[in-house]
Amino acid sequence: MVSLISALDRKLLRDLWRLRGQGLAVGIIIACGVGIMIMALGSLASLQESRSTYYERYRFADVFADVTRAPERILSDVRDIPGVKSVETRITRIVTLNIETLREPANAQLVSLPNDGRPALNDLILYEGRWPSLSRSGEAIISRAFAEAHGFHPGDTIRAVLNGRARDIAVVGIGDSPEYVWTLGIGSLLPDDERFGVFWVRRQALERVFDLEGAFNNLTVSLLPDVNEQDVIDQLDLLLAPYGAIGAYGRDAQFSNAFVESEMGQLVAMARIIPPVFLIVSAFLIHAILSRLIAVERQQIGLVKAFGFTDREIASHYIKMAIVLSLFGVFGGILIGSQLARLTAYMYSDTMRFPEIIQVIDSTAYASGTIGALSAAILGALSAALKAARLKPAEAMNPAPPTVYKRGGLLPAWFLKSLDEPTRMIFRHIARWPTRAAMTMFGIAASMALLVGTLFFFDSTDEMIDTIYYRTDVYDAAVTFADMKAYDVVSELERLPGVLMVEPTRSVYVRFRNGVRTERGSITAIGARSNTKHLLGDSGRVVGVAETGLTLTSRLAEMLGVSRGERVTVEVLEGRRPTIELPVTAIVEEYIGYAAYMSLDEVGRLLGETRLISGAFLKLDPDLADVFSEAILERPLVASVAMRSAVIDTFNETLEETITIMMTIYALIGGAIAAGVVYNAARISLTERGRELASLRVLGFTRWEAAYILLGEQALLVLVAIPVGAILGAWFAQLIVVGMSTDLYRVPYALSPGTRGFAAIVVLIASFAAASLVAWRIRNLDLIEVLKTRE
Amino acid sequence: MSKAVSLAEPVASADVLLDIRGLTKVYQTGAVKVHALRGIDLTVQRGELIVLLGASGSGKSTLLNIIGGLDTPTTGTVSFLGEDITDLRPSALTQYRRAHVGFIFQFYNLVPSLTARENVALVTEISTNPIAPEEALGMVGLGDRIHHFPAQLSGGEQQRVAVARAIAKRPNLLLCDEPTGALDSRTGVQVLEALKTVNEELGATTLIITHNVGIAEMSDRVIRLSDGMISEQQKMNRRRQPAELSW
Repeated sequence: MVSLISALDRKLLRDLWRLRGQGLAVGIIIACGVGIMIMALGSLASLQESRSTYYERYRFADVFADVTRAPERILSDVRDIPGVKSVETRITRIVTLNIETLREPANAQLVSLPNDGRPALNDLILYEGRWPSLSRSGEAIISRAFAEAHGFHPGDTIRAVLNGRARDIAVVGIGDSPEYVWTLGIGSLLPDDERFGVFWVRRQALERVFDLEGAFNNLTVSLLPDVNEQDVIDQLDLLLAPYGAIGAYGRDAQFSNAFVESEMGQLVAMARIIPPVFLIVSAFLIHAILSRLIAVERQQIGLVKAFGFTDREIASHYIKMAIVLSLFGVFGGILIGSQLARLTAYMYSDTMRFPEIIQVIDSTAYASGTIGALSAAILGALSAALKAARLKPAEAMNPAPPTVYKRGGLLPAWFLKSLDEPTRMIFRHIARWPTRAAMTMFGIAASMALLVGTLFFFDSTDEMIDTIYYRTDVYDAAVTFADMKAYDVVSELERLPGVLMVEPTRSVYVRFRNGVRTERGSITAIGARSNTKHLLGDSGRVVGVAETGLTLTSRLAEMLGVSRGERVTVEVLEGRRPTIELPVTAIVEEYIGYAAYMSLDEVGRLLGETRLISGAFLKLDPDLADVFSEAILERPLVASVAMRSAVIDTFNETLEETITIMMTIYALIGGAIAAGVVYNAARISLTERGRELASLRVLGFTRWEAAYILLGEQALLVLVAIPVGAILGAWFAQLIVVGMSTDLYRVPYALSPGTRGFAAIVVLIASFAAASLVAWRIRNLDLIEVLKTRE
Repeated sequence: MSKAVSLAEPVASADVLLDIRGLTKVYQTGAVKVHALRGIDLTVQRGELIVLLGASGSGKSTLLNIIGGLDTPTTGTVSFLGEDITDLRPSALTQYRRAHVGFIFQFYNLVPSLTARENVALVTEISTNPIAPEEALGMVGLGDRIHHFPAQLSGGEQQRVAVARAIAKRPNLLLCDEPTGALDSRTGVQVLEALKTVNEELGATTLIITHNVGIAEMSDRVIRLSDGMISEQQKMNRRRQPAELSW
């Protein structure tokens, strides 16, 4: 018995060798699925490990709070809050930098270091240089990304504008902290290492410059284990309220951490959405290959069963074959996936500034990949294997009854009548095996869908850029002030060279409340008929801010559970800190964050402080933009300046760097599915119809005419699959939109004809290449054999 | 091996369809050389109906394959209407088969997804001066079954469809490899009747390979092959009707 089983296994290996072409195609598809899963989950594990190690080792704080100015003496009150482990008070401020190599102003986040020693929380990793000395006030450690972008080293100086005065800052060290793993350029959607840096300076230096002696404007807290974070936040808010607190928040709302979290969420979404497509297609293919193999081996199965093999042994033989086949794919996927995971984690280290990427072997990633692939293989093999097991030996040893075709079938007679015979053969074959044709079609459509569903990302990004920078945020420069300014500052800005228009804006920190739901946020006040800042209303219509009431982004409305016409409680966290009820008068779409808008007049009225502003949107004369940049840097009032053109340039550069490489990767993996499906379908067709085609060759059909009959069916299925795949791809893209959207980011759904066209071309090329491989085999059809043998 | 007759004298008549000279074929299978043909000389007249007899491995199929442009000889020439087909490229051989040769196989080799009429039309669509499929099927006595699929036809009927398919393009040469090999005597006779009709009405030169000595009686000439050579040729004085053949 043992030797017989091993004979069956030998047969299995020989069968696999004989089917190696098709096996390879399935293997590649499984490898893609498993590889992507391992890449996403594996790099995620590495990033998570890198992050938690960093956070722990450098004591990343748990709770953060900003105030206008709070006396240092309240520190002991903060320490007394139950659950608080350690506290650090700091001075933080955004300032502008004048970098000679940049045409536009850059910005720096100044963060104070304690006067002696290292921070108790949010400690720095020092890559180069030393800590700033207390005796010399202008020394700073600067963030590594910014230093690298400009080639700064200890010993260099950078000119900054602090509280209206230009000062030279001496770079003494290069470092990073867990607080700034991810940074965004001011006014940008992407990290902009050239125009945004973090500078750590001794506190004493900042106290003097910003007039905060014996006071602080930022507080970070770490918590004891198992403490309810919200309780501490509530206590802090209570304690800090008199000092202009705008609401404490946890790591979930900490800017850098929230972005890192959101990126990681996208990896999870990728691992959940994309690999299943590959595995489902692999199940289809395994089903098709085994069904065909079992048809060919029908008589052998009968024979082996006559020898006394059980149904179970027969079924497990074929299931085993599927498992071996998929294990090759799993193995390939593990190889590729591990490499890609490593690579992806490193790629992320470009935007996520971890001191080191700790590569983790994530057993869950490998296990899910392997289990997923094996389940798909077994599922695909099951019905074919059971069919083989159920064959009655006596019946099976006779040749299979001839295939019966019908006239017409699904297709109207007039249509079939109008065809030539080879084309009629194609249609009859499809009509005879509709399930198989449908599976092939859906396999190819899956490839198209995957391409559309991944490449849509570029349309989505285009849509985002177009919406934000060309439709809503149409100012040329956005200026923020260090603190509230009187309206007069507008005329001061208007006098700067190149300024065509100035529209003031005001940002008010608030807490929104609707029943039990509360959200910390801010209201941006703009002119009701602004020419520089628009909003996106229903169905992409550009609208202005409502003259009365609140205009909420749909995300915020969702978070608060309110809709238009309902009222929201707004606790203002500035000035007299009034609490007011406001109606939601409009809901707008925004892709990033969850903003709220009101008209400037209305905000002034409600707060009883008209004519106070915190920033301005400017229109510039394009020819004088450079002169403006120079001039604005010298203004004392300005905390940060974002130039729209620079932001757009950064965006385009970043996109250009990645677009070609991403398109190639997507095209390869998407094309692999189409090629695998077409190759398999054509090979199966060739084994089934080889004799028929050889007969036709004998009758004088050319190779191309024979190939037409064989491949015309695949071509037809590809042509049907492309529009079907385009529709599925649109769904798929919507799935990804939902999967990848976080509180911070909302990926817009946009799909251009160009993307569909590109996807269709990839599918066509991949299908054509696979079909050509099979067409080549038509050359080798044995014309003499067919004269002799019965099928 | 008694009366090996050679038709060595050149026949340069317009009535000659095939002129085969010094044909040999050696197959190399591994270390073993198989001499399938060892020097065949043969002239075939237009309209002749020839039966090739011989045991398995005598070389008759190899000869038929070379004549049909499916295989190439190791040495020697095959002239078809004065043109040597032995050094034609594969695509030219395809054109040769397409224009001039009709094949009938032992196992019919009909396209299962096409009806009888459509199977014939498959070939007429790629021919220049074909007989209408209905007419061709009429000639083989299947005028009333033209809309049946192969699976709905008996073996004899299927083979007659194959005959109709082979002759619908008005081939100069009809090559039949064991056309009745898979049939019982009654249906075999029907197929032979069809072949005879076609040979007589269209004047297609017909070569039939068979194990069945009885079929020789309906031919103009019987050629016996053994060991890759023509061992015997016999002109038949009177062609018998298929129905008269002893099976």
